[in-house]
Amino acid sequence: MKLSKEEVAQVAFLARLELSEQEIDTLGGQINRLLESFDRLQELDTENVEPTSHTVPVQNVFRGDVSRPSLTPDEVLANAPERVDNTFEVPRIVET
Amino acid sequence: MVDKLYQLTAHELHDLISKKEVSCRDVTESVLDRIRSVDDRVKCYVTVTDELALAQADNVDKQIAAGEPLLPLAGIPFALKDNMCTRGVLTTCSSKILHNFKPVYDATVVERIVNNGGVIIGKTNLDEFAMGSSTENSAFFTTRNPWDIDRVPGGSSGGSTAAVAADEAVIALGSDTGGSIRQPAAFCGVVGFKPTYGRVSRYGLIAFASSLDQIGPITKDVTDCALAMNLIAGKDFCDSTSLDVPVPDYTKSLIPDAKGIKIGVPTDFFGQGVEPEIVNSVMKAVEVLKDLGAEYKETSMKMVDYGLPTYYIIAPAEASSNLARYDGVRFGLRSDDSKDPITMFLKTREEGFGPEVKQRIMIGTYALSAGYYDAYYLKAQKVRTLIRQDFERLFEEFDVLVAPTSPTVAFKVGERAADPFQMKLADVLTIPANMAGIPAISIPCGYADGLPIGLQIIGKSLDEATILRVAYAFEQATDYHKRKPEI
Repeated sequence: MKLSKEEVAQVAFLARLELSEQEIDTLGGQINRLLESFDRLQELDTENVEPTSHTVPVQNVFRGDVSRPSLTPDEVLANAPERVDNTFEVPRIVET
Repeated sequence: MVDKLYQLTAHELHDLISKKEVSCRDVTESVLDRIRSVDDRVKCYVTVTDELALAQADNVDKQIAAGEPLLPLAGIPFALKDNMCTRGVLTTCSSKILHNFKPVYDATVVERIVNNGGVIIGKTNLDEFAMGSSTENSAFFTTRNPWDIDRVPGGSSGGSTAAVAADEAVIALGSDTGGSIRQPAAFCGVVGFKPTYGRVSRYGLIAFASSLDQIGPITKDVTDCALAMNLIAGKDFCDSTSLDVPVPDYTKSLIPDAKGIKIGVPTDFFGQGVEPEIVNSVMKAVEVLKDLGAEYKETSMKMVDYGLPTYYIIAPAEASSNLARYDGVRFGLRSDDSKDPITMFLKTREEGFGPEVKQRIMIGTYALSAGYYDAYYLKAQKVRTLIRQDFERLFEEFDVLVAPTSPTVAFKVGERAADPFQMKLADVLTIPANMAGIPAISIPCGYADGLPIGLQIIGKSLDEATILRVAYAFEQATDYHKRKPEI
């Protein structure tokens, strides 16, 4: 077992997932099995190997400082679960 | 009017439309009728956009009547995997968390289809957020394999491949992160192409693993695949990772021989629990290509063995970051139980994501967390380099590599769903190409007990043209692509 029940719960909280007890058990089992299968990678010597984050030879991509058509406030807010004027409404974050 | 228009390929329909034997409306109506008669059994579509499709078809008919030139795919009905944004049309990723999401813009591929007269006929089912190999992870329903309704169509683009196989679409687009176009194409007996990473814009493709995701066509034959590639390939201002390199005319690759082509057959692709009938079909296909003028040689690619663990670190790591945006704030589901921000995040994501998505977010979060980053994520990125180098070595000697697409034919619904680990083995032969960012196609090359077998042809970076040439030569010499399932 790579991850204890408590650690599974901790990772879930980091990922902002509220898991039931049962989910912690099932997902925990699956995750441990996967993590064990990753051990095979340790067989490979990667001491002097550069990591690949992207396969395309693209570095920084710049564009001219030119304005282009963009979304209207109504379009931006079209899918908002809750809206007040031109803002997304969320539960209170700061106590008054 | 020709009956059963829905059975034809795009290039056959183009000929009929250009001769004015049929209208674009006839074609679209024929495919819509087909959807009405079989989709309750095959279940390809999350959304059918019939009104939009007929309006687009009428528009092309008007342009033809006005004497405007007919573009190659004008009036052709396209299905889109439901992870590609369509303005004003529901785009769900087959997830509860996006059950109500109507994008306010079109993905670049959608814009290109529409600007070229293509007709959008609907949005197809997938494994939730493209995570899976059977469509069983869809939050809505499981798509069925048209060759055997008790079997899965493969995944994650199973809705798109089943739609093309069942003649419920003429062309479909899918996305391929670890095999999600090629594996279901093999299961459904259709052509599925993953282009080079960066060849096709990802703008408007809802992100799963950004360094791996690539959109590609799913078609009834290789000619349609070339036509669709002409439509979707090319640099896009809105995707900074799309490549600014010339796009050849892919129809120039449609040459019915394979003279001078050097084929590598990496034996390591045949040892991954590949069913004997699949090995036989693929080796027979290699002989067909030899008869068409190609040379082949067996070779080895040891790194195939390490593709799966590398993928299941990198893809979930990227996904855990990409899927952080589903927080209930700006779009999609927000839990009713959102009394404070943290509760809103926790409950929304608990209610909105299915088990497979949660599992991958967890794996990714763990692999990226402090103290484990080097052991998992960095290690996987380094192994990814080794996989790329293994391909580069082979491509010094060979023009293309030939292998099976999937170790098995389509499996039964429910057979693997209980064991996510078994399910993941379905992608063992397709993942390596994603790791290296190189193009690969699956085309039909045989049948085992009436179920299609896929031949995978893997090519050099940006050399889609040679893959299409080899695929076309094989297709012209065989008739596997002409068989149709009885539904």
